Amino acid sequence: MALTGLDIFKITPKTNCKDCGNPTCMAFAMKVAQGAIPLDKCPHISDEVRAKLDEATAPPMKTIKIGAGENEHTLGGETVLYRHDKTFVSKSLYAVAVSDGYSDEQNETAFADIAKIDYERIGERMRVDAIFVDYASDSAKFLDLVKRANDMDRALIISCSDADIAEKALEIAGAGKPVLSGANASNFEAMNALASKHGIVLGVTGADLNELHDTVEKLEKAGNKNLVLDVTMGNIKDTFAATVQVRRASIKDGDRTFGYPSIVNTARIAAGDRDMQSALASLFTVKYGSVIVMEGMRYADALPLYGLRQNIFTNPQKPMKVEPGIYALNGADENSVCALTVDFALTYFVVSGEIERSGVPVNLLITDAGGYSVLTAWAAGKLSASSIAKFFQEADIEGKIKNRTLIIPGKVAVLKGEIEDKLPGWKIIPSPPEAIQLVKYLRELDV
Amino acid sequence: MAFVQKPQVYKSAINTVELGVSDNKITLGGATVSPLYSFDAPIANAPKVGVEITDLGLEGEPKGIVDYYGDCKTIGEQAKKAAAMPGADFVCLRFVGAEPGEGDRSVEECVKIAKEVSEAIDIPLVIAGCKSSQKDAQIFEKIAEALSGKNVLFLSAKEENYKTVGASVGLAYSQKVGAESSVDINLAKQLNVLLTQLGVAKENIIMNLGSAAAGYGFEYVASTIDRVKQAALAQNDAMLQMPVVTPIASETWVVKEALASEEDMPEWGCQEQRGIEMEIVTAAACLACGSDAVILKHPASVATISAMVAALM
Repeated sequence: MALTGLDIFKITPKTNCKDCGNPTCMAFAMKVAQGAIPLDKCPHISDEVRAKLDEATAPPMKTIKIGAGENEHTLGGETVLYRHDKTFVSKSLYAVAVSDGYSDEQNETAFADIAKIDYERIGERMRVDAIFVDYASDSAKFLDLVKRANDMDRALIISCSDADIAEKALEIAGAGKPVLSGANASNFEAMNALASKHGIVLGVTGADLNELHDTVEKLEKAGNKNLVLDVTMGNIKDTFAATVQVRRASIKDGDRTFGYPSIVNTARIAAGDRDMQSALASLFTVKYGSVIVMEGMRYADALPLYGLRQNIFTNPQKPMKVEPGIYALNGADENSVCALTVDFALTYFVVSGEIERSGVPVNLLITDAGGYSVLTAWAAGKLSASSIAKFFQEADIEGKIKNRTLIIPGKVAVLKGEIEDKLPGWKIIPSPPEAIQLVKYLRELDV
Repeated sequence: MAFVQKPQVYKSAINTVELGVSDNKITLGGATVSPLYSFDAPIANAPKVGVEITDLGLEGEPKGIVDYYGDCKTIGEQAKKAAAMPGADFVCLRFVGAEPGEGDRSVEECVKIAKEVSEAIDIPLVIAGCKSSQKDAQIFEKIAEALSGKNVLFLSAKEENYKTVGASVGLAYSQKVGAESSVDINLAKQLNVLLTQLGVAKENIIMNLGSAAAGYGFEYVASTIDRVKQAALAQNDAMLQMPVVTPIASETWVVKEALASEEDMPEWGCQEQRGIEMEIVTAAACLACGSDAVILKHPASVATISAMVAALM
């Protein structure tokens, strides 16, 4: 539970010595309670009290790192249940499952999918983030899959509740700091020893939330707080209930035992139904799945899911921006007409989408407007004749494009004259005010 | 120590709104818990799935949809098939062709089509308009009159036409009014206030808070629905307790991911599959945030989303 300023005030020396830089101990306590300054700014609080308080003021959900090097990912660390309350901080990861329990064909398709998905969207590289290697019964085949997955340059999650076999898997893949998932009520001691030995995150499972809670408590007592919780239950309903309740208990109800990231395995609760797995991946991207496991990842699944994730995990206080520059659409070349808009990602997507629908080759020029929409940028002085002229110069538009017609957003048609003054030789025409009118407009445009 | 469950049940509830008549009624809303949290308390009415057809018939539709409707020759036959789609709770007839720039179908023709569809189906009907608010007001008035007593939902009354639509659809013919705002909780509330001040009972209003395909500014949709549900349940805001219906098909099948041909994007694979997954992912995300009904068009998406809802109840 978060402590109030008064709680913290009680343990300060109450001398108002100002050593912490604040006028009074009360002011200091208030700031600590808000998270504005750390407690150790006060040199007079004893280590013992500080340790106790650190525990109480620590974030409700731990931040856990999995994988190594380029494939290291951060999970958890969330402080709110709704993104509008502040922001979500650690995006959901998408993992593809392989298993010795699957057919060879399914495993091959999964590996092929993992290798294939690799593209960029608004400055973010989109790949399958992790491989979930699931042990069923054939240890030789399983270890072979671990070996192959380990060579694929991804974070691994080794799901195996047999400590002896898990040990062999870690001999192969331990250096890449995989998650070892499969600790449960009966094997947690052996699994804990194994995870500690390799310095890796331990994944905990349970038949229900009570058992899971119990096992996590025992592991914490044994000194391990580097955990993730596999909240996958027997069916879709129970898994959703578990995922939400674990997150809610930690963030809202202050249950530290459940303050860990989650793994949700849709390959288990919707086996064989790829459309359902996509639907569930979407559900758990919005509601609290830290790692979402699926049987595969086609572009058809990846395009909407990664787009959704990028949206949900943007900071509401910082608009998504696209890189300023020339975007040649529909095969546009140096002789194609130019259209200009701002770098607010939503504007870019709507405008580029409509231009693409029109089929008309257009050089879409994205100018730096601080990530604001057209009217906001204009009102804030970030979209003006001068800013456009400056962008033309910096991006060397005249050197790269021969066409001299520039379409500007209809909402700032008022800028036409000023832009003409700043860009001699260019014909400036305002578009219709709404993006939705662009298709018709561009098709009928005579330039 | 065992896990202490703390179910979060609110004293407020989402309004219940009925669509359709007698044996074929469906009910939207009624929940007293966060969206889909059936583990906190039973949810009175599961979210519903609608199937969208348009007045343009099957022109330009993907193969899976054309195949499903097979040899349907009239819009009535198509509507009947839509109503029979596994997972369908209601049919949504969208008048794309009423748009002045898209054929400008006359009001009389629209009425005729609406009647034909209404007579062909045995589940509730939703009428959606075109991009012109002015034209919508004209066709809604006459369709509301022609389908009097059928308890039809009209999408939508907007800021520009709420007076005409509210007065005709809501007051004169006691149909259900969809209040459409563009992804902003304050605009949504304002429109509900205006409609109720006009005299439309709040039990006859359903909100369309706006939608976007996954990846296309969906964070605004998600946070708007999240906030509306929080205001309705946690703060008992009567002007935001109307159920939410979210059209998905009309947003998802027009984005690049669904439109780019396989020749243009060979690595992306099957074009139709891309459209289906875009529809599924967007619909599932809307339901997770709190839509009480979603409107889809592909049989594969309708089957998956209705199965997901059933599995969560």
